[in-house]
Amino acid sequence: MIINHPLLGPRDAQEFTYLGDATLINRPDWQSDNAAQAFHDYLYLRDNPAGEHRELWFHEQGDRSWLVVTRNTVTHEILSVEMARDVAKAAAAERSAQ
Amino acid sequence: MTRNNRLKGGLINRDTSLNFTFDGNSYSGFEGDTLASALLANGVRLMGRSFKYHRPRGPLTAGSEEPNALVELRSGGRQEPNTRATVAELYDGLDAKSQNRWPSLERDVMAINDRFSNFLTAGFYYKTFMWPKAFWEKLYEPIIRKAAGLGSLTGEDDPDLYDKGFLHCDLLVIGAGPAGLAAALTAGRAGAQVILADEDFHLGGRLIAETGALTDISGADWVTQAQAELASMDNVRLMPRTTVFGAYDHGIYGAVERNADHLAVPTEGKPRQTVWRIYSKRALVATGAIERPIAFENNDRPGIMLAGAVRAYANRWAATPAQSVVVFANNDDAHQTARDLMAQGIKVPAIVDTRADAPDVEGTEVLKGAEIINTSGRLGLTSVQVQLAEGYTRDLYCEALAMSGGWNPNLGLTCHQRGRPIWNADIHAFVPGDGLPVGQIVAGAANGEMTTDAALKSGAAAAVSALDDLGIPATQAELPTAKDAPVSLSPFWHVKGAKRAWLDYQNDVTVKDVKLAHQENFISVEHLKRYTTLGMATDQGKTSNIGALAVMAELTGKSIPETGSTIFRPPYTPVSMGALAGRAVGRDFHPTRLTPSHKWAEEQDAVFVEVGNWMRAQWFPRKGEIHWRQSVDREVLQTRSSVGVCDVTTLGKIDVQGANAAAFLNKIYANGFAKLPVGKVRYGLMLREDGVAYDDGTAARLAEDHFVVTTTTANAVLVYRNMEFVRQCLCPEMDVQLISTTEAWAQYAVAGPNSRKLLQKIVDPEFDLSNEVFPFMACGEITVCGGLRARLFRISFSGELAYEIAVPTRYGDALMRKLMEAGEEFDAVPYGTEALGVMRIEKGHAAGNELNGTTSALNLGLGRMVSTKKDCIGNVLSRREGMNTPDALALVGLKPVDAKDAVPAGGHLMNKDGPIDAAHDQGYVTSAAYSPILNSSIGLGFVKGGFDRKGEHLRLVNPLEGQEVLVEIVSAHFVDPEGEKLRA
Repeated sequence: MIINHPLLGPRDAQEFTYLGDATLINRPDWQSDNAAQAFHDYLYLRDNPAGEHRELWFHEQGDRSWLVVTRNTVTHEILSVEMARDVAKAAAAERSAQ
Repeated sequence: MTRNNRLKGGLINRDTSLNFTFDGNSYSGFEGDTLASALLANGVRLMGRSFKYHRPRGPLTAGSEEPNALVELRSGGRQEPNTRATVAELYDGLDAKSQNRWPSLERDVMAINDRFSNFLTAGFYYKTFMWPKAFWEKLYEPIIRKAAGLGSLTGEDDPDLYDKGFLHCDLLVIGAGPAGLAAALTAGRAGAQVILADEDFHLGGRLIAETGALTDISGADWVTQAQAELASMDNVRLMPRTTVFGAYDHGIYGAVERNADHLAVPTEGKPRQTVWRIYSKRALVATGAIERPIAFENNDRPGIMLAGAVRAYANRWAATPAQSVVVFANNDDAHQTARDLMAQGIKVPAIVDTRADAPDVEGTEVLKGAEIINTSGRLGLTSVQVQLAEGYTRDLYCEALAMSGGWNPNLGLTCHQRGRPIWNADIHAFVPGDGLPVGQIVAGAANGEMTTDAALKSGAAAAVSALDDLGIPATQAELPTAKDAPVSLSPFWHVKGAKRAWLDYQNDVTVKDVKLAHQENFISVEHLKRYTTLGMATDQGKTSNIGALAVMAELTGKSIPETGSTIFRPPYTPVSMGALAGRAVGRDFHPTRLTPSHKWAEEQDAVFVEVGNWMRAQWFPRKGEIHWRQSVDREVLQTRSSVGVCDVTTLGKIDVQGANAAAFLNKIYANGFAKLPVGKVRYGLMLREDGVAYDDGTAARLAEDHFVVTTTTANAVLVYRNMEFVRQCLCPEMDVQLISTTEAWAQYAVAGPNSRKLLQKIVDPEFDLSNEVFPFMACGEITVCGGLRARLFRISFSGELAYEIAVPTRYGDALMRKLMEAGEEFDAVPYGTEALGVMRIEKGHAAGNELNGTTSALNLGLGRMVSTKKDCIGNVLSRREGMNTPDALALVGLKPVDAKDAVPAGGHLMNKDGPIDAAHDQGYVTSAAYSPILNSSIGLGFVKGGFDRKGEHLRLVNPLEGQEVLVEIVSAHFVDPEGEKLRA
């Protein structure tokens, strides 16, 4: 596969290591009342869709960026690639707005 | 019995005669021959034995789809099994052997299987070797394994080089037949970056196998012209002898180029084969078509071949399998075989055509509406029995039969990403359907365009459309004319009533087997395949799948497309393991990492141990030491009594900088770091998010906004990856930067009561190392040896007064030598990983054995370190009830009650009185060593509720080796439990 790195352009997937579901960015609040349950769900419950999937890839043999890659798990088509840091910042902004 | 079956003409170079041997007999052929064509020209039809029944076999085809003529090529380390003689390019001195036979190809004792074919039907193994159960592993499987298999390996190392490479192009053209050449010319002239790959060593495909494929010029001449033009273009890369074996994601193709398989020995320094990873923007599959056999009784005798193959041998290689050849077909195309053979003076007694309305052919008799119902000839065809339309039978004497059931588009690469072929009723064959790999297009016969004219035009048109997608303007290349008519064909798959009629030649699957599968309800194509092994041989059923599908369709009363379709998976043809491995073999299987003092350690005769990719000195034997324990004991005692030096460069080192560096460490470590003063080091424990202990190390605060973190050697890469995850994904707002500096710094532990005195000799005098100024857990940036920048950490893994000193990597070797030189007066000793291990066990420090992925901070006795006042990775789930039970495992020391006993590492602990079984398990030993200080074997281990069980005696058992040792639970800190030494 070829991953179109937002900063570096098209790179072979061999340069990356794969982590999994990008929901790992949304780490729960450790002080919330149901923190144990929330962390359990965060850590152990994952969707495994046949189709579009947002997932985390690490450009280990490159610039060491974590990327959020939206990929179709059936066709391996890559629909978008974002810097995970940008995604995390946006998510944090959204949380604080609520 | 060598006969001359060499004809006139052909694309062989008669000026270069090549000598070769097959099964020890000498023959000669010409440059341009394959092993199969040269053997046929020498009158050899018998080239192999089938897999199951050991039936005598000759070549069926003239290409890579060959199921029968598999041989062992070369010998010694270069021996290659299961090579298709039909694609093995002849070279002078080629040495081939037949395989799957004993004692010889003509007399093979395993051919007895053929007599028992009534028993050896589909599912034979599943049905027969059921009981007694114990016999399977001991008796049945070894016998079956011995009887099965095709070629053999010598087990010697392959002396040749294999390589890997990367290529990029606008258009990858796969197949250099009429469609591929037309496409390559079109794209090449348009200036696009083109790769034209063909598995054959001669470009042209069917153009060079046919007479009169083109009207105004011979096919071979046009191929020569086209090749010359393509070769002159800088933007075109011609790759003959290159098989594109797989279509992968995003336009990436795998290809293997046989650089030197046509040479006796590869040119010095050049690879035998190269695996290319081709990144294509568009790829054109122009892989042509594969002819299909007809199933009739005994249709597998040497001499029975596909009609197109017989024609290719005659026209391209000027070789005929026999002087007398009968043709059996359901189509006009095969009639051309008769014409071409007769033009060369070969007798064609008759054409047996299943069609009642078949056209006549001048010079021979066409038996219309007739079928071949049996054949004779043990080691080679002698005659065929024909059932005439009128009902009579007639024997025809011939030594070869050219058969054709029509042609199937060669779909392999179109299916590699779930592409499902669809049935084309006009040509009675599957053609590519939806779901082609991204960027892939198909042209020519591979796409069901079954004439030369259509192939040329569709190839050129496909190139124009592919380049148009890429914004490269192109016009169709001028093409030669070809006026061949679409082939008239009436479907005919198998002769009714035939039983031992082969569908899959290589795996010996007959019509009877398919009927049996149907009878036993294995009617899904996938089940049929697995039950009968149809299409599962090295040829992947290229010639057999459709025939079996047709028989099954007939049995179920469904149409062929309703019955199923055939899917092909990579690789298209077998790829050698050597090519896939490339240069990653032997010592280059993975990178080897050496520390800067490696050479010095070698000079000291160090014994090395692999730690991940690192080579670390394990111990340093001195003269007279004959057992490793002598060396290790000496290193420990010398360090503890004076001073020792150990290379700890392999520890992971991560530089953490930024305004939020302390806050960041607070997040990744379970214990607090916010208040660590500048100039101090702290032990840090990392948890996984599930609360299990992950890694430990130290973090040294060199400045308000600058920390140096160490990790264990094994986890250096993973911890760094994880820290970047936390930084980028969980704390994106933090001002902090990370970089791995593992390889930037050489680091040495200097341990022992004289370590300060030793360091004072090399640390520049302005730096005060006294206990008051530089106490335990101090750190700082210093200079050594007159101005060389260094970092000094007063930390101790051994439990002694100790330091770790780091210098830029390029000074590592010099520093090691300097330390040993300065240490001479103290009799300083270098110590390796074994002594390091002994000392940390004596001190009760946890390492990888204890941080084994199942243990928590609580288990390690570090429960109180996990801060409840801050958020960090793993803190929430580390408080789970199940991980905090009163009888949780606790890290303790273990000492044998009888000092003569050894503590077996890995042994399990049982109560002194009580059963020895898993249900009563009290814990286990993680680390054990002989302590030369205590003169006793000691261990670390986890015991249920162990912190409150000091003094208790347990039985330490190792049932595998019948060991049982009585041990006492003690403090894990065997040496200096109060820590007085390290604070001295």
